[in-house]
Amino acid sequence: MRTPTRPGQEPTAIASAAGRPQRMTAVGTTNRGRAGAAAPGQITTRPVRRDPLGSPLAPVVLGSLGCVLALTIWELASQLGAVPSADVPPPSTVLPTLAEELAGERFWVSIGHTLTQWAAGFGLSIVVAVPVGLLLGSNEATWRAFRPLVEFFRTVPGNALIPLAILLWGLSLQSVVFLTVFGCGWSLIVQTMYGVHDVEQEARNTAAAFRLSRLERVRWVILPSALPYIVTGLRIASSTALIIAVSAEILIGVPGIGQDIALTRTGGQVDRMYALILASGVVGIVIDVVFSRFERHFLRWHESQRRWAEK
Amino acid sequence: MRFARRYSDLILEIAATAALLAGAWVYLAGDRGYAWVSVPEMLGAFKDAWLFDRFSSDVVPSLSRLALGFGVAVLLGIAVGVALGMSRVIRMLALPVVSFLRAVPAVALLPLSIVLFGIDSAQKVAVIAFVCSWPIVLNTADGVASLDSTMLMTARSYRLSRLELIRYVIAPGIVPRVFTGMRVSISLAVLLLVTSEMVAATSGIGFFVWQAQLTFSIADMWAGIILLGLLGYTLNGAFLLLEKRFCRWNTEMKGNRS
Repeated sequence: MRTPTRPGQEPTAIASAAGRPQRMTAVGTTNRGRAGAAAPGQITTRPVRRDPLGSPLAPVVLGSLGCVLALTIWELASQLGAVPSADVPPPSTVLPTLAEELAGERFWVSIGHTLTQWAAGFGLSIVVAVPVGLLLGSNEATWRAFRPLVEFFRTVPGNALIPLAILLWGLSLQSVVFLTVFGCGWSLIVQTMYGVHDVEQEARNTAAAFRLSRLERVRWVILPSALPYIVTGLRIASSTALIIAVSAEILIGVPGIGQDIALTRTGGQVDRMYALILASGVVGIVIDVVFSRFERHFLRWHESQRRWAEK
Repeated sequence: MRFARRYSDLILEIAATAALLAGAWVYLAGDRGYAWVSVPEMLGAFKDAWLFDRFSSDVVPSLSRLALGFGVAVLLGIAVGVALGMSRVIRMLALPVVSFLRAVPAVALLPLSIVLFGIDSAQKVAVIAFVCSWPIVLNTADGVASLDSTMLMTARSYRLSRLELIRYVIAPGIVPRVFTGMRVSISLAVLLLVTSEMVAATSGIGFFVWQAQLTFSIADMWAGIILLGLLGYTLNGAFLLLEKRFCRWNTEMKGNRS
């Protein structure tokens, strides 16, 4: 068996790059050690630069360096024959192929299909799951009765239903939407239910004392408390929805970038396959960044965010 | 009082589940088109297939792929995660690459893995290992990075050896995060297992479901879907229990990332 880390060389690269510096600096002393090294003898003339890594430029510079490093290792591994270059073409051929793809029309049509399917499935999941979660979570009896059931369905791997979707709707948008709603709807319901259920008793009592109407209670008490849970649920569901859309494209043959990737395999176009996988990663990261930003924006007042803010 | 409440909870749960099952039973007893069969037929097919006719030919291969792939992911995830957590420079270097690799929709790697590993078990193991390690990497790295610095300094002034440091300071600090990562990963692992067995395989539960659909043996298809549901539920429950069992003393359990 070949080593399972192979598909993208990066993780092993990180591990081996990580080995050495670690041994030299003891854990937790990094900052202090560096502060001393940064300004030996200048301590009296100006305040010690406590943290050279604290500058906002550091992650950008080091991050780009990391990318270059990873690409170099990939290139060398492929060129020097550490991996069979027929199966792992070097980035110097993959990246131009990617550029070619980006210039062509077909690629953008595929991305459009994928994003449409993603948006339709994810959108319907929200429309269905959030109200259901609000309903089930707001009442003690329904909370207790339905939580185990919803928790059960949440753990069912959504792709197990692909054959059913094929039977019911075949090669169509409905199939993808159905799979997505099943695949990420349940966890969204769970998140919303927990959010609603976790409204503090004091807040409830206060709302009752002020005789807030049902609607006002939802607006001013329940939603603000449930929002952190829902927004986190949305972030998780957004990437699950992408996985399901791509799965459906590969397995059912719905048009989209997943189908293109599957076709490059049968067509033996390994360069294009790598290029398209890189592109799918870019789609994934854009969705992830958008929803993480969204989450942080909505939760900037929430305590769970404070710890991240310090980093 | 408490007892009565627990009792009523249980009754409510059972009632809701029973109502759902009964509803499905009655609904599916009528003719609902070719994609559905009645509940007794599903259960009959479930018994015929999994007890124990196709147990060793499909269930065992699936479970061993899952176990092996996930095992490698855990080891890899912890190793890389600790390395990333220990140094901020390395973390900054690796973050974009790691985020990118994690963001690739996992199933897009399946065709590539077939090119690299063929369609036997090694391919499934490799994909599961690769994809499932990222949540563990990120959680472990975060756990290491947020270790209490006072504890670390204390450990240093007591001149703890490297091994002791890991045993008494680092491990207790990161174990909860590792388990959180593992819980996130396990559902990803099941999803990938199913999908990869549907894309290309010669055995496995996903393969069984796929074949059943292709040959229109609808009852078998449902038997497979039900087994996959139970598998997902059981594994998720097991990892939740593990997480709770090992992290009861940890107050920071809520700070998880997926």
